[in-house]
Amino acid sequence: MKDFKHIGTSTDKIDALSLATGQSMFVDDISFPNMLHIKFLYSPHAHAIIENIDTTLAEKYPGVEMVLTYKNTSRIIHTTAGQGWPEPSPYDTYMFNRKMRYIGDRVAAVAAETEEIAQEALKLIKVQYKVLPAILDMEDAIKDGAPIIHDEPEIKGAYDPQRNLAAHILVKVGDVEKGFAESDVVAEDTFEVPYAQHCPIEPHVAITYLDEYGRIVIRTSTQVPFHVRRIVAQVLDIPVQKIRVIKPRIGGGFGVKQEIILEDVCAYITMKTGKPTRALYTREEEFISSRTRHQMKVNVKIGAKKDGTFNAVRMYVLSNTGAYGTHALTVASNAGSKTLPLYNKAPNVEYIADVVYTNLPVAGAYRGYGATQGYACLEQVVDEVAHKLELTPLEIRKKNHIKSGETSPIFRALGEGREGVTQYMQSCALDELIEKGAKEIGWFEKHGKRTRNGSKVRGIGMSIHMQGSAIPLVDMGAATLKMNEDASFNLMYGGTDLGTGLDTIAAQIVAETLGIKPEQVIVYAADTDLTPFDVGAYASSGTFISGGAVLRAAMKIREQIFEVVREMFGEQDERDFALEDGKVTSKKTGKSVTLSEIAYQTLYVKNQHQIAATGSMVSPYSPPPFAAHFVEIEVDEETGIVTPIKYVAAVDCGTPLNPELVRGQIIGALVNGLSYALSEEYKLTDSGRMFGSNFMEYRIPSTRDIPEIVPIIVSTYEPTGPYGAKSVAEININGPIPAIGNALYDALGVRVHKVPYIPERVLEIIRSKK
Amino acid sequence: MKVRYSINGKKKEFEIEAGEVLLDVLRRNGYFEVKGNCYMGTCGTCTVLIDGLPYTSCTMLAAKVDGSEITTIKGIGTLQNPHPLQKAFVEKGAVQCGFCTPGTILVAYALLKSNPDPTDDDIKKMLDGNLCRCTGYVQQIEAIKLAAKMLKKGDG
Ligand code: FES
Ligand code: FES
Repeated sequence: MKDFKHIGTSTDKIDALSLATGQSMFVDDISFPNMLHIKFLYSPHAHAIIENIDTTLAEKYPGVEMVLTYKNTSRIIHTTAGQGWPEPSPYDTYMFNRKMRYIGDRVAAVAAETEEIAQEALKLIKVQYKVLPAILDMEDAIKDGAPIIHDEPEIKGAYDPQRNLAAHILVKVGDVEKGFAESDVVAEDTFEVPYAQHCPIEPHVAITYLDEYGRIVIRTSTQVPFHVRRIVAQVLDIPVQKIRVIKPRIGGGFGVKQEIILEDVCAYITMKTGKPTRALYTREEEFISSRTRHQMKVNVKIGAKKDGTFNAVRMYVLSNTGAYGTHALTVASNAGSKTLPLYNKAPNVEYIADVVYTNLPVAGAYRGYGATQGYACLEQVVDEVAHKLELTPLEIRKKNHIKSGETSPIFRALGEGREGVTQYMQSCALDELIEKGAKEIGWFEKHGKRTRNGSKVRGIGMSIHMQGSAIPLVDMGAATLKMNEDASFNLMYGGTDLGTGLDTIAAQIVAETLGIKPEQVIVYAADTDLTPFDVGAYASSGTFISGGAVLRAAMKIREQIFEVVREMFGEQDERDFALEDGKVTSKKTGKSVTLSEIAYQTLYVKNQHQIAATGSMVSPYSPPPFAAHFVEIEVDEETGIVTPIKYVAAVDCGTPLNPELVRGQIIGALVNGLSYALSEEYKLTDSGRMFGSNFMEYRIPSTRDIPEIVPIIVSTYEPTGPYGAKSVAEININGPIPAIGNALYDALGVRVHKVPYIPERVLEIIRSKK
Repeated sequence: MKVRYSINGKKKEFEIEAGEVLLDVLRRNGYFEVKGNCYMGTCGTCTVLIDGLPYTSCTMLAAKVDGSEITTIKGIGTLQNPHPLQKAFVEKGAVQCGFCTPGTILVAYALLKSNPDPTDDDIKKMLDGNLCRCTGYVQQIEAIKLAAKMLKKGDG
């Protein structure tokens, strides 16, 4: 690692004290007089047509300002997925529609003086539905004669709506059939992962109002402010110029706030009434009507030679996008593109995905973004190959995983919804991660031992992973810096800190580049009027793209500072200057000038101008972070309860720009993954309604659910990232399912093919074995 | 109807509706530092101290605590003069999105009042009702232990 002053130190998160002392920083922490409140009416049927809707009573209810349905809103087809333009997700959604496609689909919205009034008025809306047969199982969606969910003519960009296929992917490298035939052993298995919700503690919320020029201001909890602006403009059919999107602090996102869910309706009501408007989801609405993880069934087949090298790998994914196809194609792409290159030794690879529409809640982006689902299966089948060859899980992975200097044909063959970009690994510490993680968990003493204590058996398991850092040649971010008299700098950038610490890291990058302290950087992020463009926070792009843009802006400022110093010192060669500790020193003469003096000079004295610069970042590379996960579990054979005892996550994210924040990302993601592995899943009734849409029944982990957790950070230097950094926010959600699955095999000698590993399921497998 | 509270040491009088919960009354009157969402007592985000003890304000009838002393996160420390718990949460990286933080810190505050030297298990038990989706809790627990140390040494 290189020698840095601020990079690699755990500077306090710049917004942390404000948050910890309860400053008003979130969307809903302001209020306007005469503000309208929106409440929604949802379809009670999974699949239906509105035959008649009567809103007159609701409209007349005292305090009600407006009722919206498909009848009085425009019919502009779009996608709610907050992705770059042109969106890779199908256009299949309207603000309001006549056709209902799931329980949770929007029938109407009421805007009223209070939430209570709006809620009351909803009850006065009379709707007659013609109920249609529904598809509640993803395998039924592609059967012959299945009801067609998207039968409206306007739909655009779905693969084959007549067959309920939102997307389809087929990628071939070499010849897998021949590869399997020429293999010494072949292992194949299928695993299914369920619907789950992101559960940020702050729900979706937006407040809109008109500014003094009649423009619409949208204050929203979003990961993608610039996409919000573009998509709301599209849906309201007004120019982008008429909209300003402000992103305050966000109370968590994890992908669910990469969707335009409330903003269009809220903005529309403000546009029509001129009044400030607020929409806030309840926890129940988060579950039934926001977005979820794609339920998937993943089949993997691996053929290997006697020595353990892989000869052929095939992955088939059946993905359920629910009623609308947001992120349908791209999540399914990532299930392959973020997993298969990890085993680049196989010359024959095939990846096939079918993404189907069903009459169930809408899936979208969720931390891990398909890789979570892909790894759930891949990493268990890799263990099965090892088992057949009598190799250890560590040996088989060391033989096959990608290494520095290497590439995989998958990088080019499979991008995010389009062809990809060739990538050579420039940093990869997987071997070290495997060794360190194995040592920490006690692998060599414990693996294969099945120690027993009464009805409780212990086992250990592991898995390895890669992700990416942003979408190559798609994601773009920009940053503007300007200098003040006291050598402080305003940083205005489009990056979106979801709590991950991106703003802090941005300040550290500026400080490192300009020889100042992070406290001297005043960060303002994401206001479409004031900050330059950024695609937003997703695809693990924060540090790499937004941070990269900040670095570029800072490098330009450095240039401008040196330009002034050249004139002041009468020296030409900037290589003779050192920029450190708030001053520029001539290495030749020892003469020095402080940054503050430079600022005063340029603002007030001579050759006056503003030192300021904008940098943009887009990258042909998406350097993957790597991780090796290890878990020790205890299974009670009498109850089926699986208890993680210790979890080790060894991670290579390049240079950890702020180790304390990196630790937080690692632990946070893996605890999220642990609960997906052990408890979280939607229970759906026979009619397609989610059962128990609250924190009582849908349990997310609390303090008492966490095992001993040991994050291990191994530094590498990634030359394409800012100060050697790669991403870290997503990768660690991918480990718990396969690592625990492999540990279950170690403990019991059986595989559990459906996740989560809840007691009933595990017990059933234990019993059927006996 | 009218209720009287002392909020963070200041006497206040509010007009409330029958059946209204404390969380709504507080937010309506500008105490935005109290966050909420689940309205079922299951997430802990809306925690405030009522006469020194932590309660979820979303399940507390505003009328029931008439005459009580209510402490929000702003009542234990400020931006200019933070409480050791607030400092420790910052130092240990225990604030990610920060939405759960006020509630969590208030519960920790009550814990340290009654148990100045808590073990990991004590902390886990006490914080069981305060959900955090960002941190995975480890740094929160570390922060509470650090704050306990700071308080014992008398700094803060
Ligand atoms: S809002 Fe009160 S406990 Fe969740
Ligand atoms: S820090 Fe985000 S919920 Fe706790």
